Amino acid sequence: MFDNAYFNLGYLDTLSYGNTVIHRLDPRAKLLATLAFIVTIVSFPKHEITGLLPFLLFPVLLFSLGDIPAKFILKKVLYVSSFAVFIGVFNPLFDRQTATSFFGLSVSGGWISFLSIMLKFFLTITVALLLIATTSFPGVCHALQKMGMPEIFVSQLLFLYRYIFVLVEEAMKIVRARDMRSFGGRGLGVKPAINLFGTLFLRTVERAERVYQAMLSRGFTGRLNTPRTYCLTIADALFVCLTIFFLYLFRTQDIVGFMGRVSMRVLG
Amino acid sequence: MADALLSPAVGATFWAGTLGTIAYCSKKLKENLDEKLIPLMGVFGAFIFAAQMINFTIPATGSSGHLGGGLMLAIVLGPHAAFIVMASVLTVQALFFADGGLLALGCNIWNLGIYPCFIAYPLIYKPLVKPGSSSGRIMVASVISGVIGLQFGAFSVVLQTLLSERSELPFNSFLLLMQPVHLAIGLAEGFVTAGVINFVRAARPEILESAYSARPVSAAISIRKFLAGILIATVVIGGALSWFASSNPDGLEWSIRKLVGSPGLREAERSATPALTSLQGKTALLPDYNFRQSGEQTNRGVDSGPASHYGTSVSGIAGAGLVLFVVLLIGMMIRSVRRKSF
Amino acid sequence: MSHHIVEFRDVHYHYPDGTAALNGLSLRITHGESVGIVGANGSGKSTLLMHTNGYLLPQTGTITVGDFQLDKKTRQEIRKKVGLIFQNPDDQLFMPTVSEDVAFGPLNLGLSVERVNETVQEALETVGCSALRDKPPHHLSGGQMSAVAIASVLAMQPDILVMDEPASHLDPKSRRALINLLKHFHHTKIIASHDLDLIMDVCSRCIIVKEGKVVADGPTEEILSDGQLLEDNNLELPLSLQKRDLPLGGTMNEIGKLHHLLGHWAEHNIEHAKTYEDWSKKADALGKKELAAVLKTIAEETVAMDSRFKEALELCR
Repeated sequence: MFDNAYFNLGYLDTLSYGNTVIHRLDPRAKLLATLAFIVTIVSFPKHEITGLLPFLLFPVLLFSLGDIPAKFILKKVLYVSSFAVFIGVFNPLFDRQTATSFFGLSVSGGWISFLSIMLKFFLTITVALLLIATTSFPGVCHALQKMGMPEIFVSQLLFLYRYIFVLVEEAMKIVRARDMRSFGGRGLGVKPAINLFGTLFLRTVERAERVYQAMLSRGFTGRLNTPRTYCLTIADALFVCLTIFFLYLFRTQDIVGFMGRVSMRVLG
Repeated sequence: MADALLSPAVGATFWAGTLGTIAYCSKKLKENLDEKLIPLMGVFGAFIFAAQMINFTIPATGSSGHLGGGLMLAIVLGPHAAFIVMASVLTVQALFFADGGLLALGCNIWNLGIYPCFIAYPLIYKPLVKPGSSSGRIMVASVISGVIGLQFGAFSVVLQTLLSERSELPFNSFLLLMQPVHLAIGLAEGFVTAGVINFVRAARPEILESAYSARPVSAAISIRKFLAGILIATVVIGGALSWFASSNPDGLEWSIRKLVGSPGLREAERSATPALTSLQGKTALLPDYNFRQSGEQTNRGVDSGPASHYGTSVSGIAGAGLVLFVVLLIGMMIRSVRRKSF
Repeated sequence: MSHHIVEFRDVHYHYPDGTAALNGLSLRITHGESVGIVGANGSGKSTLLMHTNGYLLPQTGTITVGDFQLDKKTRQEIRKKVGLIFQNPDDQLFMPTVSEDVAFGPLNLGLSVERVNETVQEALETVGCSALRDKPPHHLSGGQMSAVAIASVLAMQPDILVMDEPASHLDPKSRRALINLLKHFHHTKIIASHDLDLIMDVCSRCIIVKEGKVVADGPTEEILSDGQLLEDNNLELPLSLQKRDLPLGGTMNEIGKLHHLLGHWAEHNIEHAKTYEDWSKKADALGKKELAAVLKTIAEETVAMDSRFKEALELCR
């Protein structure tokens, strides 16, 4: 479980250094588009289902243009679905009023709102994961800084990203040593965990000390300077404008109804 | 907390509170910046991140839990730095593990950051523990702080969910569901935090003596003032937004309607024959689409089902199927073109 | 040339817990020297290195680096001259990408962004890593990491390179690459290591530290072939000397020592010849025909000397 989480983290990080149309877009443009998308999705009322479907286009485009393995991301989405399912599953229990009938089968409002929650969950989480799969984390951080996040918070994010991989690997070594000696029961409790955290804590402090030395020896005076420069291109502007246009279109227009009428016409 | 359970108003309110606190903490840290703190915070964030990946069995319940970390960070780094670190850890988790989602991130930082850093630590842990305190005292203080912090956190998850009106859970049942579970988690959090603090105190006491939290926090009063300010702001913003949201069931929709035009369109749509004889372009078709009306949605469940205004459910299903088909087709086409071009 | 001198005069340093790490240590290193610092664990090597760039300040005694005597005020200046390379590149590379990491120092020196980008490019080319510019450090191999760590220090254009166990994280091939890289630097080098073979290859002078004092100081080959001296300091003969030692029956006699030295000379001879050859070509390209011809002769004669070394090596058996 631990190794798996670490592998996923590393794999997602590797994906984010790809080189596709989507990867090359400015991180700010992608962040903006993603946020607009999420806000649009959650702005749908409780019982909306059909209106949400056309929005699948956005993740599908990101998957295909960004060359992201869909199976990997979808598995991750499934993995974190527990909280939304846990809360959402109460809706059918509390809202039993028949809302619509479906080929003679009556469907309660609760089931519809549950399905709506699941759809929203799927869309928002998938898009958030796609953002990081198509944008390197340092890129996201610089976008945040350009958008006005405090410097100290951004440098904290960058440091965190840099040392996650180092410390998680260190933790993994200690966990393996624990598991090897715990034989699936004893040793997994709180007391051994405390010793484990304590050891990791001390190593963390020592590492911070060494990193500080390294920073000082290269003239650190309290700021993390970077030579990175970004400039927004026409492609970025186009991407943002198109995304917002389609979000607006899909939010205000009844695409499914339209398609329904099209198909009815074609069929009969 | 998860995006899917939030309304934009609640999500935005808590993001505002969280961003305000991040800005406040950054300013506080910058005022008397110890440059040594920057790498320490960074590496400690990674420590909490790694520690959260380690599961342990919570005594008496048999279930497995993991460390939250907010309280421990506050004890070692002081509340301001701890809040920034906690916010960064949760941001990375939201991005890499998709924990909750990006809109819910504001709520999550609030729930797991504000309470341990600005309530449990300064108001409970700090008054109880003095530099020479026994390890038993540290244990008691930290267990109480852990429980209080998580109870607040759980309560605010309940509030956020209810204000968003996406879940049907009644207030009482939800509360009864969340608070006891988080009592156990809070106990474990406090116990583990105290254990680690005592472990470190035994091995390298100087680390905690020089800890940033041990310095006189000149802000002891101003934290309270600040908190009061944030709380008032939240209540005001939240109250205003939820009033707005309830009188206009959906803020965005309401504003879109104002932008786009009068509700009269609806009648036009109802009477219009499905003018789909031509597919000459989207703009020409625009007037034929129906503009969803908020009134229609609030009345749902009484007279009309969500799918009923499509005429028949068959048409609705066919439409949905076609949308999915087109979307997937676009995806597959791009994929195959890309494969070939390589 | 006086400004590249590193001088410790009777330096004492006690840690807060009472450990006396430096106990009246004195040494003097002049411009262009490459010096190996060896000694048992806890002998004071690391403390010594931390004094070279002012991370620690001497409690008594004085340290001079170039024109500055080390104190609180001058340490910023001294850090510009002394490039410290840490044992674990994970500690050294703290920025999210390679190029940002290498740029960190020059930006702190206040260089313009264009100048910084040039410096970064140069430094990465020197260590052969310019293709890694945009990678995050955790995507690099151990060898690449240590090369980038060196580049991040080179980018500050220091006069003196100080290294703590530079090869301890490297596989044998990366270690060899590092040794070759270090040999080509003209900086003053101070290298602390347990890897005595690395010291043999890179350093011409070697200092043994014990209990915070210098106990031996001299040419590397002399110091590192003295089995008794090494043993007294919890060290042992470099592996390259031990191998040749076996057929001679366990102790190191003069012929065995000579045999080793000849091996060393022979190895360097070919390298030297190549260097002469390279420079001859460069001179030729610049139109200095006569100079090129002389250099070429030197190169050829050096190659010819190779057989002499082999002959001598044979005679040592």
